[in-house]
This record gives sequence, C-alpha cells and structure tokens, in this order.
Amino acid sequence: MTSLPANRPERRLGLVIDLDTCVGCQACVVNCKEWNTGGYPAPLSDLDPYAAEPSGAWLNRVHTFEAGDGAAGRTVHFPRSCLHCENAACVTVCPTGASYKRAEDGIVLVDETMCMGCGLCAWACPYGAREMDVLGGVMKKCTLCIDRIYNEHLPEEEREPACVATCPARARHFGDLADPESGVVKLVAQRGGMDLMPERGYKPTNKYLPPRPRRDRTGTTGAPAALENAAPDGGFLGWLDRALSR
Amino acid sequence: MHPASSVILFTTSAGVGYGLLFLLGLAVPTGLIPAERWLGLAAMGLALGAISLGLLASTFHLGHPERAWRALSQWRSSWLSREGVVAVITYVPAGIFAIGWVVFETADDAWAVAGLLAALGALVTVVCTAMIYASLETIRQWHNRWVVPVYLAFALMTGALWLSAVLHLFGPGTLWSDLLASASVLLAWGLKLVYWRAVDGDTGISTPESATGLAAFGTVRLLDPPHTQENYLLREMGFRIARKHADKLRRIALAVGFAATLIFSALAVLTSGWPAASAAVLAALSGSLGTALERWLFFAEAKHSVMLYYGDRAA
Ligand code: SF4
Ligand code: SF4
Repeated sequence: MTSLPANRPERRLGLVIDLDTCVGCQACVVNCKEWNTGGYPAPLSDLDPYAAEPSGAWLNRVHTFEAGDGAAGRTVHFPRSCLHCENAACVTVCPTGASYKRAEDGIVLVDETMCMGCGLCAWACPYGAREMDVLGGVMKKCTLCIDRIYNEHLPEEEREPACVATCPARARHFGDLADPESGVVKLVAQRGGMDLMPERGYKPTNKYLPPRPRRDRTGTTGAPAALENAAPDGGFLGWLDRALSR
Repeated sequence: MHPASSVILFTTSAGVGYGLLFLLGLAVPTGLIPAERWLGLAAMGLALGAISLGLLASTFHLGHPERAWRALSQWRSSWLSREGVVAVITYVPAGIFAIGWVVFETADDAWAVAGLLAALGALVTVVCTAMIYASLETIRQWHNRWVVPVYLAFALMTGALWLSAVLHLFGPGTLWSDLLASASVLLAWGLKLVYWRAVDGDTGISTPESATGLAAFGTVRLLDPPHTQENYLLREMGFRIARKHADKLRRIALAVGFAATLIFSALAVLTSGWPAASAAVLAALSGSLGTALERWLFFAEAKHSVMLYYGDRAA
C-alpha cells in the first residue's frame, strides 16, 4: 500500500548524524554493506566486484565536501543514506505497492517480493537514497536495520543499526525522534540539528548536526608562557651546562 | 536523466497510437471518416499496434517484468499505476469500437459510444503518462506546467499525421485531416518552444548548500566523491549532455520534426493522388522521428537533485 500512513507515526525512528565528528573513514559504509549483503532478505549484489570497473548497490555513501574558504572554511565528511522522510515521495509514486512507510515507527521499506524494478522511486527521492540491485532486479534502500533493532536474538546493546554500531568517531546516533525524552531529540536541540533540502518539504526524520563553530581563542591552559631556561647561570645545572658546552 | 531507448520507444509509440485512437474515436462516430472495413483494419490496426508496442516496450527496462501486473494496484497514489489502469481499461471500448467498424462496418449507437469512450481513454492515458514525469519534483525540467500540454500536443500531432497518411493510403484523403495534421505540427512545436524557454529560465530551488546544510560556512564544493566508479545513481541520473550539443540537437529536432514535417504535410494538402499520399507518409515518418528526438532530449536535458551531492550547482 503506497499511500502514506494516515496519521503521523507515533514513533519516528531515525538517525542523527554529526558532521562535526565524522572523520570520513567509511566504516559505516562498509559495515552497512556487510550486514545487508548477508542479512534480510537477499544479498546486496555487486557487478564485476573484482574487475577494473566494479559497481554495486550500497545503502550508505560518504561524500567529502569543502565549505567556505580560508580560516572560516571546513572540510566536511558527509554520510548520505535514506532519511525516512515523513512526506516520502518515493513511497507514493510506487505503482506496485512494494514501497511503504510503516505506521508504527515511520521506517520506509521495500517489499522485495513485490518490487518490479521500475526505478521510479529512485527518481522520486531527492537525496539519491535508493539504488537498484541490478542482479536482483529490485530496488534497495536503508532499512534502518530492522533486522537488528528488533532482533531478540541479539544482545540488547547490539540492537542498533550496523552503521551506528561501527562508527569509531561516534558520529552516528540512533533513536526515536518523536520522543522528547530521547537522547537523539536532546542532541538535535542542543546542537541545532537540521533537515537536508528543507525547501522541498519532504520532512526527513534523520537530522544532521552542523560542524561546531571554530574556536579561535582558547584562553589560558595553565601552561607557562615560555620554556624553562636550559642554561641557568648558577647551580649544578649551570655547571653541567657549561661543562658539557665546552 | 538517462535516455533509455525503451522509454523513448514507449512514449513515442504509445503517443502515436493514443493520438490516432483519439481522433478515430471522435471522427468515425461523427461520420467524418466512413466506417469501411479495410480502412478500419488499417487505422485501428495501426493505433492498437502502436499502443501495444509502446506498452510492451515500457516493460523492457523492468527488473521483474513478470510482476508488471502489480503496477495496476496503486492507482490511489501513483501516476504510473493510474496510467497502467487506464491503458488496460481503454482496450475494452477500443476493441468494441474496432469490432463494430471492421466486422459490422458500423459506428452507430452503442458502437459510437465505444468510440467516444476509447477517445476519452486515450486522452486520459496520455495525461497520466505525462503526469508520471510532471509529478516528480526532484527533476525541475519535468516538474513543469508545460509538460502535460506538450505530451498531449505531440500525441495529437503524431496521431493526426498518421491519420492523414492512412486516409491517403486507403482512400482519397480528406482536406480536414491534412489541415489538422499541419495545424497540430504548429501547435506541438510551438508549445515545445514555450517549454524550452520555461526550463531554460528556471534555475531551481536547491543548491549544494541547502542539500548539505552547510550554507553558513560558504560555498560548498565536492572534494571527494563517495565512490571511485560509476554507480546506479550516476548512470541513471548523472547523464549529462553538453549545453552546445543540446542546442544543436534542439535545432535538429526542429528541422526534422517541425520544418520537414510541416513542408511534407503542406504538400499533402496542396497535391493529390500518389504525390499527396507519399507526402503524408513522409510527414508522418519525420514527425515521429522528430518526436523521438524530442523525447530523447526531454530525458537528456533533465537533471536530478541528487546531482547536487556530486558537484551540480543548482536543481
Ligand atoms: S530519503 Fe529518499 S528514499 Fe528515503 S524516505 Fe526520503 S524520499 Fe524516500
Ligand atoms: S522500483 Fe520497486 S519499489 Fe521502486 S517504484 Fe518501482 S516497484 Fe516500487
């Protein structure tokens, strides 16, 4: 059913991505591929993986941008994956009913047994979050690791998306963005979390935290202003210095 | 956007068929075209053949063509689904209309109703096809109010050109159909010029700054792409055609689809007998070729907002 849920989902699970701390290491990209190629429900296939021109379906991509110039400029590593939009145009365009948004937690999914591989949803997504699995003939996208976050066979601390679990810089946070008490909501409030392309009105669930402002004046750290004199005039060290300098 | 040959064949061929079906469904019941068997066989054969070829071509690029029937289920939200539903439903009155015309040589009473319903179905199907593109806000060259009128006008033009050709080949030809063909050529390409002017002046609403949320730091430039080889997104949505080639191709489309077609269709009006018939056929061929070129450009010139993450400056 490709109509969007009639009511705003009470839980809106999603990611908060910190553009300040992301180091662009691509660990989340690799762990996403690793989990999703082995997990539910079919592999995330590659074409010619060992040839000169490999190509394949990945659900998470990390770009690196330069923003601004000079001292005010930044190099920003930028992970890009499905934002689980509230106004998910990818869902409503789907002719087969394969794409849907869950009413219970807002996650946007593709039923791979119904998808006919027309690609229209990828055209409708402004963020490029959907990639066709050319070998499988079906559309793939981030599932927010539904097969981890609800998986009772995993220890509780592992029930988070693969990308979040693996991030060495702790730049990725997972939680319920509809719960005012959740850590992700507090983080968004504290750090001024933002929507991507807000002018288009897709209302992404995922938020991005902007790089922190640059700190020019660090103030006093308690360190001495100058280094200790290595050649004091008197005392044992002075004698030693003179003796050794001879 | 990648100009897939299956989609160009689909929209061009189905446009010919629906344009022709629309005109036949109106002209036969009203007596403008006689309900004669061989004429009916040729005209309805061409219309339904072109429609079926187009619909078949539209399944070529699917990852799972055997699931295409599922596309009839989501007409509440999806224009692609609506198009499929209306296309299938239209076969029913079109088939009845064809039987009346070819088997019983009549287009009166109930047969007339079938003809009119087939014309309506043809019209709605082309609107749905155009809306698949026009509803995609991610591609500003498609999300434009001239897209639906242009699709309708090109279906009308190619339908009228083939109608004129069929009437010349299977009968004496009629002045009104020849004049209609010429007029529709002017209308279609006139609207296309308006469309080109509208998209050329539209700079879009999004930028790499709004796509990344980094506007506060200044201009955003791509330093490192996320992958070293092309992926699905770049193949499908990164197709770009240099401005100068696009200009040249627009001129070629105009020369073939507009100028040559208009000259041939004017010759069909001014001459008679076999010269008129050959001119009408040439007009139909060049008009269809020009339409395919126009469709190719409709894709090749369209840019998707995801390319903001790959170096584009506006979308
Ligand atoms: S980011 Fe794209 S694929 Fe994900 S919900 Fe939004 S529109 Fe759909
Ligand atoms: S590719 Fe699959 S999920 Fe996407 S619109 Fe087509 S049928 Fe729906």
